[in-house]
Amino acid sequence: MAVSRLLPSQEAEDLLDLVRDFADKELASRVDEHERTETYPEGLFGTLGEIGLLGLPYPEELGGGGQPYEVYLQVLEELAARWAAVAVAVSVHGLACSPVAAYGTPEQVERLLPDMLAGNVVGGYSLSEPQAGSDAAALTCRAEKVSDGYRVTGTKAWVTHGGIADFYALFARTGEGRRGVSCFLAPGHADGLTFGRPEAKMGLHAIPTTTAHWDGVVLEADRLIGAEGQGLEIAYSALDAGRLGIAACATGLAQAALDTAVAYAKERTTFGKRIIDHQGLGFLLADMAAAVGSARAVYLDAARRRDAGRPYSLEASIAKLTATDAAMKVTTDAVQVLGGYGYTRDFPVERYMREAKIMQIFEGTNQIQRLVISRHLAR
Amino acid sequence: MEHARPARAPLGDGARRGERQARVNTGGRRLTMKSGINIVVCVKQVPDTATVRKLRAEDSTIDREDPNSSGVLNELDEYAIEEGLRLKEAHGGEVTILTMGPAKAAETIRKALAMGTDKAVHLMDPALHGSDAVQTSYAMAQTLKKIGFDLVILGSESTDARTGLLAAMLAERLGVPQLSLANKVVVDGSAISIHRVTDYGYDRVESSLPAVVSVVEKTNEPRYPRLKEIMAAKKKPVTTFGIADVEIDPGRIGLAGAYTEVAEFAVAPPRAAGVVVKDEGDGGVKVADFLTSKKFI
Repeated sequence: MAVSRLLPSQEAEDLLDLVRDFADKELASRVDEHERTETYPEGLFGTLGEIGLLGLPYPEELGGGGQPYEVYLQVLEELAARWAAVAVAVSVHGLACSPVAAYGTPEQVERLLPDMLAGNVVGGYSLSEPQAGSDAAALTCRAEKVSDGYRVTGTKAWVTHGGIADFYALFARTGEGRRGVSCFLAPGHADGLTFGRPEAKMGLHAIPTTTAHWDGVVLEADRLIGAEGQGLEIAYSALDAGRLGIAACATGLAQAALDTAVAYAKERTTFGKRIIDHQGLGFLLADMAAAVGSARAVYLDAARRRDAGRPYSLEASIAKLTATDAAMKVTTDAVQVLGGYGYTRDFPVERYMREAKIMQIFEGTNQIQRLVISRHLAR
Repeated sequence: MEHARPARAPLGDGARRGERQARVNTGGRRLTMKSGINIVVCVKQVPDTATVRKLRAEDSTIDREDPNSSGVLNELDEYAIEEGLRLKEAHGGEVTILTMGPAKAAETIRKALAMGTDKAVHLMDPALHGSDAVQTSYAMAQTLKKIGFDLVILGSESTDARTGLLAAMLAERLGVPQLSLANKVVVDGSAISIHRVTDYGYDRVESSLPAVVSVVEKTNEPRYPRLKEIMAAKKKPVTTFGIADVEIDPGRIGLAGAYTEVAEFAVAPPRAAGVVVKDEGDGGVKVADFLTSKKFI
C-alpha cells in the first residue's frame, strides 16, 4: 500500500508515481543480491540520471528538476524504502553538486553543472578525515598553491562512492585556521589519487565507502569553488540540506520496516488469532506507525520552511534527530515483531536495522544535532 | 525457428487479405509517410491488477470512476507505446495516444504523454458507458477515421476484460490489414512486417501501411517516464471528443444495445490444489506428460 502523501502539484504526484514504479521494479528486485554480495549496482545511476532523479532540487535553468525540497525529499524517502544505500548515494550526489551550484562562477556553473545534474557524472563528498569528522575545521589535507593550480596532499575518510565517483567536492587546507579551508571540484580519477579498500561496513554494502589518498594530485586553478578560505562556509551551507536528505532516507527505511512488520503480523497467527490482534503486538505496531508519521512530519516541516526561503537550521537538526532515532527504534521493533525470522537474512528487517544505525551517525551525529538544537535554545 | 509464410497466414489474421489490400492501398489511400509515420497508440485505463477488482452491482460494469480504486495504464499498452516511440525515433513522425474512457482516464493519458508521446485524443462521452467490444471498436474506429493514421498499435489485450478482440475488430472496421500478437515490428517505407508469436516459434507476417498491429509483452523494454517529460506533458495537446465530434451513432454504443451482457459474476474461487505426482519409478515421465499437456514442453 503506497504511503498517502499531500503533494503540491500534479507533476509531483506523477513524479512520485514514477519513482514508486521505478523503485519497485529496479531497486526492490536487486537490493538483496547486491547487499549480500557487496557488489555495486552497475548502470543504476545512469538510469537514475536518465529519468531525472539526480538533479531534482536544482533549478531547471541549471539543468535540474526544479522540484521543491518537499518533493525531492519524498522521492528520496521512496528510494530509501527499497534500497537505503542507493538513496543515501543519491543524497550525497545532490550534496556534492551544491558547492558549484551555490558558489561556482557563471562559467563554472555552465561548464560543470549540467552534466552533474543530469547524472552523466556521479559525485562524492569529501570533507571528513580520519581525525576530523564532527570537528570538520580540524581537517589537515593540504592544497598547496603551485604555478598552474593546487597540489593536494592528504587523506580523506568515509568517502561515499569512493573510487567510483566521477568527481568529488573536496575540502582541503590552503591556509591556517577556520578561514584556511577551500573547496574544490576534484576529478574522480587523477595521477596520485588512490582509494583504500572499501570499509567493511555493518550495512549499506552495495555502495563502497573508502578512504581517499591524495598524493600530490595537481588540480587546475579553475577547480577552486568560491574563494580561497571560503571552504568551511561552503561546507556548512549545505549541511542543513544534507541533514534533511538523511532524515528522509531514515523515514523511508522506517516505513519499509513498518510495512514489513504489519504484513507479517496480519499473516502470522498464534493462540488462534493473528498476532496483530494481540494487543501487546498491536500497540508495538501503533508506536512504530506513530514514529514513522512524526518523522515524516518533522522533515516535511523543515523542507517547507526551506522552500519558503525561511531559516530552517533548527528544524533540520530536529528532523535529522527525530527521523533517524525513529528509524533505529522502528527497525529494531520490526525485528521483534518478526521474532526469530526477523533475526534471519531471509527477511529484510535485520538489514533495515543495520542500515538505520548509520543514519544516527553520518551527516552530523545525533549528538551534534542535539548540540545545534540546544545552542538555538540558548540564544 | 522462423516460419516465413506471409501468403499462407491462417484465416482470421488478416495478413493474407493485407497482401491483397497492399495493392489496393498503393494506388488508393495516400500515406503521410513523407514526414515520418503517423502512429496512433490505443491505450486503456484498467483497474490495478494488484488490487481486488469489483464490478458495479447495478449494471455489472467496472466502476471506472471510483476515486478510491487506482486505475493504471494497461500493462500491455506500455509495450505498444514503447514500440510506437521506437518506430518514431527510427523513421520520424509522431505518436498520438488514443483512449476511450471517463474523465479519470486522463491519468493514463498523462502517463502515456510522460513516456514521450506527442499528443493525445480522449474519446469521452457518458453514452459510451457499458459499451462492449463490438461497440467499442466502432467508436474507436470512428475516432481513428477522424484523426487519421498510418499505423495503429495496441496491446494484444487488456487486463480487465481480456477479450483480446479490439485489434481485429478495428482492422476490419478500418479496412486495413491486421498484424496480431507481434513481438517484433519492422517498418520499411510503406511496408510493415512483424513476428507473430506462436506455439512453435513465430510467423513473419507482412503487409503494407496503413495497418493495425497488436503487440504482446516482452516485445521491448518499455521506458520509464522522465521528469522532463512529466513536466512537458501538461503542455502537450490533448483533444477531447464527444460522440458527436466523431460521428458516432448513439444507437450503436452503450450498455443498452450491447451485444454481450454480463448475466452474473462471482469472485473467482481460490486456486485448487495442484496435481501431486507420486513417484513410483515413473515420476519423470508423469511430470513430462503433465508439462506436455500444458504445452510447456
